[in-house]
Amino acid sequence: MATISPSRRRSFYEGMRDTLPLIIGAIPFGIIFGTLSGGAGLSAAGALGMSLFVFAGSAQFVALGMLANGAAWPLIALTTLVVNFRHLLYTATLLPYLQRLPRRWQAALAFGLTDETFAVAVQRWQAPGTRPDDHWYQLGSMLFMYVNWNLCTIVGLVAGRLLAGIADWGLDFAMLAAFIGMLIPYLKDRPNYAAMLAAGASAIVFQSLPHKLGLLAASLIGVGAGLLAERWASTANGTPSPEA
Amino acid sequence: METFYLVGAMALVTFLIRYLLLPLSGRVELSDGLRRALRYVPPAVLTAIVVPFALFPDGQQMDFSLANPYLVGAGATLAIGWLSRHLLLTIVGGMACFWTWRAVLAMGWI
Repeated sequence: MATISPSRRRSFYEGMRDTLPLIIGAIPFGIIFGTLSGGAGLSAAGALGMSLFVFAGSAQFVALGMLANGAAWPLIALTTLVVNFRHLLYTATLLPYLQRLPRRWQAALAFGLTDETFAVAVQRWQAPGTRPDDHWYQLGSMLFMYVNWNLCTIVGLVAGRLLAGIADWGLDFAMLAAFIGMLIPYLKDRPNYAAMLAAGASAIVFQSLPHKLGLLAASLIGVGAGLLAERWASTANGTPSPEA
Repeated sequence: METFYLVGAMALVTFLIRYLLLPLSGRVELSDGLRRALRYVPPAVLTAIVVPFALFPDGQQMDFSLANPYLVGAGATLAIGWLSRHLLLTIVGGMACFWTWRAVLAMGWI
């Protein structure tokens, strides 16, 4: 096996380091996934299989909820499509950076493109300067998340059987805190605030839509609001809109 | 067997969503407008996840009150993040606020 150059190794560790705060948020969330799975009627093998092969926290939780309600697997797969559709937008965002990588790198990084790794990696890719090894940065972030997510699932599977009432400890708040933390880089200008306000308000309005469709609708409305605010800002400044 | 289909289908769907644009990318050039739109993807998506999580703790009924520790905790987390701009401090501080508020509520003072 070829040795890994020091610069690549450094990028890899930096990716892990910058993901660490989000790992802290993901730990309780992974544990509670393992904990709740049994009650929803999913076997231990099924729960671990999801963490190993699906690797998508929010979709895994939605699947548990639907299983508990007795939903059939094709319906759960369809809902997974809707819940994870936002990741198509993530890939589109990273497209300019990932398209020059070999196919196997693309497949590996796509498999691990969670919300957390996207939030960390997009900052790195978009930072000024040229660094040829940023894909190692993203790999470090995703492997850290992946190993942690699966270990926490196992801990949760065990804890769920040992500790009664762990499901009521409010461990799921950790994910909420982590996702709010991921918003910090965007708390900066009017277009971003407009995107957040519109997405948040729409998410409330669309909360009752079936199959979590509201998430998708609210995301698209938020993006549209950001674009509109950007255009208004540039006309208000008297500068011509960058759009032709 | 049900579980096998479930995990397999979820895995396939999730991977295809995350991967499918990549092999096409050599042939398709992103327009300028689309490129600018994609910059608002992270804030929009994250907010669309966070807001219902905080406001609908049971997934059904909106709870806009101090008795909802998810809402109070989310507000505290956002305030810490906005002031400190520090990710780790925000997550740990937010979790501390949430569990403190839950304990306060459990004591029945509010």
